[in-house]
Amino acid sequence: MWSDDRHLSIPAGAATAPAARIAGRIPVKGFLSIERLSKAYVPAKPVFADVSFTIDKGEFVCVIGHSGCGKTTILNVIAGLDTATSGDAIMDGKEITGPSLDRGVVFQGHALMPWLTVRQNVAFAIKSRWPEWRAAQVNEQVEKFVTMVGLPHAIDKKPSELSGGMKQRVGIARAFSIQPKMLLLDEPFGALDALTRGTIQDELMAIVQDTHQTVFMITHDVDEAILLADRILLMSNGSETPAGYVPGGIAEVVNNPLPRDRKRADLHHLPGYYELRNHIVDFLVKRARAGH
Amino acid sequence: MKKSLTVRAAVVSALLLVIFLGAWQLATAPKGGGTEYEDPEYAALMGGGAGAATAPSGVPTPHQVGSNIVKQLAHPFYDNGPNDKGVGIQLAWSLGRVMVGFLLAALVALPLGFLIGMSPLMSRALDPFIQVLKPISPLAWMPLALYTIKDASLSSIFVIFICSIWPMLINTAFGVASVKREWLNVARTLEVNPVRKALQVILPAAAPTILTGMRISMGIAWLVIVAAEMLVGGTGIGYFVWNEWNNLSLSNVIFAILIIGVVGMLLDLGFGALQKAVTYVE
Repeated sequence: MWSDDRHLSIPAGAATAPAARIAGRIPVKGFLSIERLSKAYVPAKPVFADVSFTIDKGEFVCVIGHSGCGKTTILNVIAGLDTATSGDAIMDGKEITGPSLDRGVVFQGHALMPWLTVRQNVAFAIKSRWPEWRAAQVNEQVEKFVTMVGLPHAIDKKPSELSGGMKQRVGIARAFSIQPKMLLLDEPFGALDALTRGTIQDELMAIVQDTHQTVFMITHDVDEAILLADRILLMSNGSETPAGYVPGGIAEVVNNPLPRDRKRADLHHLPGYYELRNHIVDFLVKRARAGH
Repeated sequence: MKKSLTVRAAVVSALLLVIFLGAWQLATAPKGGGTEYEDPEYAALMGGGAGAATAPSGVPTPHQVGSNIVKQLAHPFYDNGPNDKGVGIQLAWSLGRVMVGFLLAALVALPLGFLIGMSPLMSRALDPFIQVLKPISPLAWMPLALYTIKDASLSSIFVIFICSIWPMLINTAFGVASVKREWLNVARTLEVNPVRKALQVILPAAAPTILTGMRISMGIAWLVIVAAEMLVGGTGIGYFVWNEWNNLSLSNVIFAILIIGVVGMLLDLGFGALQKAVTYVE
């Protein structure tokens, strides 16, 4: 019922790129397309192999899987920070060959520069994106995005004066402030306590809906994936089987059937929530690590 | 109620100073039965006259040193020819040499440290040279410097240069190499150009480590300049110490020792303040 392999068979990339530009906000198939990606540190035993999927414009895609399945590597390849052993990553009709301002990254650790204030941290990104902007223009953009994540009162503080949740919010503001074509989030809330995480999830949900941002996010948290994602990629780890080594990869693509305007507070009352949740948890427990 | 730690420490410091001065006074005070001279001029020549700088033991009393310090500090910039200059002039010479040598060292060490820190190849390639050159006493370079540069003052600047370069170089390389990967990744995803990355990400990230190296370098430079100036002579606080030793004016030698200590402390405090200014809390 949940499995959906439609997207896997869509030939994406150059052919769909012009459509992406013309169509604007209307979801366009294959804005990002990953084709037969693999990564091997030991040639005979790739961590994952034959990973293919597409992400449409305006779509929120979560990937979920156990540690070591290669989630972060895939994200880093899309970010341009890492290279795959084989396969292609194509965004907006162009092969991804290195980091780009078109893809904003929210790092696992907030990765704020501790010697800069919140304002300077966000301004650093904005000045990188628009070097020609005047100070007033930069500042206006900084304040807009810091306010968006609810931190106008802390704008002139150093990261060390902020709580973990506030720092992660600044990281999100920094990534959004350059108005990238796509946002990549690597377990952004992993280090936060449950209450803070819930609040920021709601904020992120609201911001993404306002900005129609295309998002690729890694998470360990099933509820987080259900709340935020339109589609959830379930990844399995590479494992030794009696028939030999089987590399990790995308085992299943799950479409989220819950209404888009869902809220964290009443998520568990929505019809279909438990079936969806059980399906993913079953996958993680029983199938994600074949051979275990 | 207990006084704050600062106050108590200050009291103990003052007490230790009093004990030290008391012991000094006891050890050097003129004892009764010393040689008496009838002719005050002869007595002065023999070092025992009233108002002479030395007590019978040869080491001046704290009071004599104290009044000498007051006298010297009252006219720090007098100049009565090559062998009789005020301590201010001598200090200015020494500080000038240290500054020039130190700045030249910084001009070489900082870019080279960046190169070594950023390039594992250069790090390995230059390592043997650094390891061999680093432990050489800076004064061992002096004859070579004098022969090639043919100028005493420039040679002492070279000696300062060569002794300040190593801590700065090694700390800069270490600081640059240990900049957190995530900050570099932020710069990469923002397509920051190499110059801006070096100046706005790596430099501030490595600044506390670099400043530590500079602070160590400055400390070493101030140690070495005294020895270097004793060797090359002419001007400077090191030459002043040697000259006063030749004059057998222990009072001036003690005064110079104190001055060297105080100036060294001020230099260190200055770098300490700079270090604090660039340190960040993660």
